[in-house]
Amino acid sequence: MAKENIIVKILRYNPEKDKKPFWKKYDLEVDDDSTILDILNEIHWNIDGTLAYRRSCRSSICGSCAMKVNGQNVLACKTPMHKFKGNKLKIEPLPGFSILKDLVVDMDGFFEKMKRIKPYLILDKPIPDKEFIQKPDEFECIRESAICILCGACTSSCPSLWANEDYLGPAALLKAYRFIFDTRDDGKDERIDIINDKNGIWRCHTIFNCMEACPKDIKITEYLSRLKVKVLENSI
Amino acid sequence: MKTDEAKYYHKIEAVVVGAGLAGLRAALEIAKKGHQVAVITKVYPTRSHSGGAQGGIAAALANSAEDSLELHMYDTIKGSDYLGDQDVIELFVNEAIKTVYEYEHMGVPFSRTEDGKINQRPFGGHSSPRACFSADITGHVLLHTLYEQCVKYNVHFYSEFQVFSLLIKDNISRGVVAWDIREGGLHIFHSKTVLLATGGYGRAFKITSNAHANTGDSLALILENGLPLEDMEFVQFHPTGLYKHGILLSEAARGEGAYILNSDGERFMKKYASDKMELAPRDVVSRAEQTEINEGRGINGKDYVYLDLRHLGEKKIMERLPQVWELALNYLKVDGIKEPVPIQPTAHYSMGGIPANINTEVIRDAKGTVVRGLYTAGEASCLSLHGANRLGTNSLQDASTFGRIAGKNISKFLVENGYEDLTSNPLDVARAKISSLMNGNVGEKHSKIREELQENMTKYVGVFRNEEDMLKLLKILKQLQERYKNVTIDDKGYAYNLDLFEAYEVGNLLSFSEIIVEGAIARKESRGAHYRTGFPKRDDKNWLKHTLAWKTEEGVKLDHSKEPVIFMDRFPPQERKY
Repeated sequence: MAKENIIVKILRYNPEKDKKPFWKKYDLEVDDDSTILDILNEIHWNIDGTLAYRRSCRSSICGSCAMKVNGQNVLACKTPMHKFKGNKLKIEPLPGFSILKDLVVDMDGFFEKMKRIKPYLILDKPIPDKEFIQKPDEFECIRESAICILCGACTSSCPSLWANEDYLGPAALLKAYRFIFDTRDDGKDERIDIINDKNGIWRCHTIFNCMEACPKDIKITEYLSRLKVKVLENSI
Repeated sequence: MKTDEAKYYHKIEAVVVGAGLAGLRAALEIAKKGHQVAVITKVYPTRSHSGGAQGGIAAALANSAEDSLELHMYDTIKGSDYLGDQDVIELFVNEAIKTVYEYEHMGVPFSRTEDGKINQRPFGGHSSPRACFSADITGHVLLHTLYEQCVKYNVHFYSEFQVFSLLIKDNISRGVVAWDIREGGLHIFHSKTVLLATGGYGRAFKITSNAHANTGDSLALILENGLPLEDMEFVQFHPTGLYKHGILLSEAARGEGAYILNSDGERFMKKYASDKMELAPRDVVSRAEQTEINEGRGINGKDYVYLDLRHLGEKKIMERLPQVWELALNYLKVDGIKEPVPIQPTAHYSMGGIPANINTEVIRDAKGTVVRGLYTAGEASCLSLHGANRLGTNSLQDASTFGRIAGKNISKFLVENGYEDLTSNPLDVARAKISSLMNGNVGEKHSKIREELQENMTKYVGVFRNEEDMLKLLKILKQLQERYKNVTIDDKGYAYNLDLFEAYEVGNLLSFSEIIVEGAIARKESRGAHYRTGFPKRDDKNWLKHTLAWKTEEGVKLDHSKEPVIFMDRFPPQERKY
């Protein structure tokens, strides 16, 4: 492990002081295997304590630290600085969300959209004494969609959402997929009605940004395409 | 300070602090019973560290092989090195199956057996495949499902609020005071009950599997209120932490058949647990690893050994252990399908915590005197279910089952009781803490103090412990506590002041760390996760006892008069061999 000098520009904004966001530059020396989160920690802990950002698990499961680095939405804790060439980093908050402070954005609207698709099993059938029977391939069908950590990287990268903020966006639609394709669920019709809407599934224009942004490598666009087919089948 | 407007006062029947499995499960139960409940959490609920749990949740469903409640009970008792309270363990195993089926009915996506039942895999210290799992993201899917259920039942969340003080007077809990992290300002939550479910506190150590958020804040608040902590010396070191990072690689890897190897390529567990091998409980495997490393058989003579998945094959690894594979690749650039993965013991779980009775009511002494209206569940609590060592997959079950039990008991309390008056000047304590952090100008940064704490805790009170090291550590801790009095922060603002809440957390770490060390110095025996080099044997004659510890003006006060509940006719203490 060697040390390297890097230049980091961070988009800073403090609502108590600043009229608008501005770039602040930091020169520092870090271990060459540092992640973006390691670099933010180094700045926050040893150089400038006023920097604000979210982080928790540092093992890419809690979904706190999604942000935009050198033009790409990434999870800071998962991303080594050498993913980007040259020793220059430009770090800014997730686009498409309002900034609370520095790299911290307001996620309330994002979580509200989850609520719109009724993110829970809806059951009409009687509940068994033991478990519902679900075959391994039926589980496999929803397994990957359940990996979603709700970091917002996908939703924030979606041009359809930039154009229309009422659009449900990829994360909420992926959540809808996870329930609609769950063999135990009886709420398909309700949920399909919700996403078969001008702000629902049809605003997905298969741009693939969400899939590229997903730090968990979930094939989001593919699942949303399957949703479109399901909606069509349901309307016949 | 912005504190006096109506916006900053909330009167709500039940307050839950923490939004991991224990907090959410309790809140869901309270909401389902029709009561108002507010969950106060310093991170968004789905960011809680229950989501970091990977391998499974224990319940004797017998879906993959024969199993029984009695066997689950025996395994847990033996795993606890006979310090676990057997009445609590009995309740736990009796409720565990219901808890898992409830989760399944809520919609948790579980991995399945060929005939469509919940799949179960082997885990360390369990005699039967008992870990119900969802690939290797079990905690994650449980957490998200519970959060979604809370959404359905309109649980009110105060996300990104940090509790700064408990309002306790005359042995009655009356609410909490919390800082709004996003906007700044102190809020009073006036409630009939408070549940402390703030999870673990591995951040006292340098090498840990725990999240940045795991700083044991409620434990420090308990101490500050003259209440005790229990069995804090029992800290579990997980044997498969990712080398240098400490990040958890699930025990599910060994459950699926992975080996642990030393520099000679030897499956060295045969020397330490010839029967269970890699699936011995965590304390046993971590000690074996550390012994190999100390005796020069770490890889390349360094402080790590290998976790070898290669013989499992790509299909099984990607189906059952995709996260384990991803973590090794991402953080160490090691492809587990082709290469063995460097690992070392990592501070993972705290068996000790806030003492509570079997009803999850917080107690204040060895006699079991209850603090009225105050409850605790999950890793923050000590009931004591896990005794001196927890078995893998019993923690998700603990948080879920005792979260539900807490919710049920709280609901009953809410029906039977009204609000008590707030304490006079309820904001004083929290305000003083914030002022002292905001107003300091000359001291040092909190990060420096925290790093020294973590380094020394890992060095001196780890897998193997001796008195000389721990006395040294105690001195260091005292110095750090002195230095902390002059800690300073750069950020003096209200909006999302990360500097402020990190500085506050460091104070909390320093507070309860001293209790870990004092407890470990006093306990002159080796039991479960606590191993004293000068006292390598378990000593039931003198030490089959819980530790209660208070902070007083004269220093830490210890009481060893609380004995574990043991059903002598059914599960008398025996030698623990695997």
